[in-house]
Amino acid sequence: MHNFITYYLGTGIFGSLLSSLLPLLWILPYVLLCVWLELKVSAHMQDRLGPMRTGRWHGWAQPIADMLKLLQKEDVIPTAADKFLFVLAPILVFVGGYAAYAAIPFSPAFIGANLNVGIFYIIAVSAIVVIGILMAGWASNNKWSLLGAMRTAAQLVSYEIPASLAILAVVMVVGSLSLQDICDAQSGWLWNWMIFSKFPFMFITFFIYFVASLAEANRTPFDIPEAESELVAGYHTEYSGMRFAIFYLTEYSNMFVVSAIASILFFGGWNSPFGTFMSGPIWGVFWLLSKGMFFVFVQMWLRWTLPRFRVDQLMYLSWKVLTPFALVNIFAVGLWMVLRG
Amino acid sequence: MNMNWYDLTFYVFAALTIISAIGVVFARNIIYAAFSLLFAFFGVAAIYVLLAADFIAITQILLYVGGILVLIIFGVMLTSRAYDVEAKHGLLQIVPAVFVVGAIAGTLIGVLTTTKWPVTNSLPYEETAKPIGALLMTQFVLPFELASVLLLVALIGAVMIARRDRVRKG
Repeated sequence: MHNFITYYLGTGIFGSLLSSLLPLLWILPYVLLCVWLELKVSAHMQDRLGPMRTGRWHGWAQPIADMLKLLQKEDVIPTAADKFLFVLAPILVFVGGYAAYAAIPFSPAFIGANLNVGIFYIIAVSAIVVIGILMAGWASNNKWSLLGAMRTAAQLVSYEIPASLAILAVVMVVGSLSLQDICDAQSGWLWNWMIFSKFPFMFITFFIYFVASLAEANRTPFDIPEAESELVAGYHTEYSGMRFAIFYLTEYSNMFVVSAIASILFFGGWNSPFGTFMSGPIWGVFWLLSKGMFFVFVQMWLRWTLPRFRVDQLMYLSWKVLTPFALVNIFAVGLWMVLRG
Repeated sequence: MNMNWYDLTFYVFAALTIISAIGVVFARNIIYAAFSLLFAFFGVAAIYVLLAADFIAITQILLYVGGILVLIIFGVMLTSRAYDVEAKHGLLQIVPAVFVVGAIAGTLIGVLTTTKWPVTNSLPYEETAKPIGALLMTQFVLPFELASVLLLVALIGAVMIARRDRVRKG
């Protein structure tokens, strides 16, 4: 199973630059789909229809119309804003979000960079997003933006700990930080997936990871950074047009990243649930994307079902509930590994 | 012409590191200094990658950018009116400064000129995470554990200072 990217594009600098653009082929249509899906999911959960007119069939063209509107908007930079940092912040946020795609194995033959420290790398680059959000909040020179940015930073830094501890339990079982190795370790049938091993500890691990990842993607019930009713729009209050679109794009692409990691770590990644049936490099892409999309749907489902946490409840959940449970859990998995191999 | 892409990438990241480090020192606004630090850390991480030290590179990003830098920016933003305060740039305490800077510069130049810098062609890439983990748990287990105890002490100390009032009240 060769890596088809390096096969066709080579390992030279231009081939690498070209291959680094490949995930965009997924992200852009995915974000359009998600914008439509979010409108429709929210509508149906509230017993409404949602957009029905644009493009006739269930308003399928609504996100395209929205995107064209955003692209045409005037480029506004507030007078009191710090111009340089204001322009730089969305770029930094996008870079941080996009960099994670380099280490996601889309199929046995399709991974940007098969790093030995893949999952560790993904945790690390999310730090750049935090800095970008802080920069956006500060550069806007707006109290809501600043408060939103501070909350985001506090939230992301706190929830990184239970998320990393949960990931560590999986890494301990597999014995590798490479996401490709983690996928390989779960090949075969449905019951070979990580979520079913070391029962019930991997269930707990998955639950901790999923809750923490909701917070990392700033989704409800953890959408404190944006909290419309308190902060107008949080760190991107002053952003409009194209720059706002970049924040929006990154938020949705981050939702997919955390969902893809959840499916890689616990649900076999690109492995087919039916043994060798429907498996292979091409089917691998299908399985990973559909598993990822399922968790994206779950995130939307939760958003329109649950109310928002308060800031203190948010911190309580991370430090006093998830982190201790994750520590006990990692100890239990370690004990299991020592006693039963 | 023995300049290849590898060298070029190195010089790009080296320049990025040095320019942002200069930015950190000379920025008039403390926020600009903090954000320049991001690019300095990032450049250093890139140089680690070019040296095939992937684990160290990612630890650099995770700890320095994700931990220390976020805390610095957080602290600066929480300080009231931190944006309006200009960093001091005047000449203060010239005589001690000359001594300290001279000593550091002398040491660095000494090390730079006396060390034999091994120049090899690009080394075959090897996994580093596993050997580092194994060494930390066997040969260097005592310093590793001591460092973790030290961090724990610092953590508890910080909480004690932050909650001092509440503890006294009861």
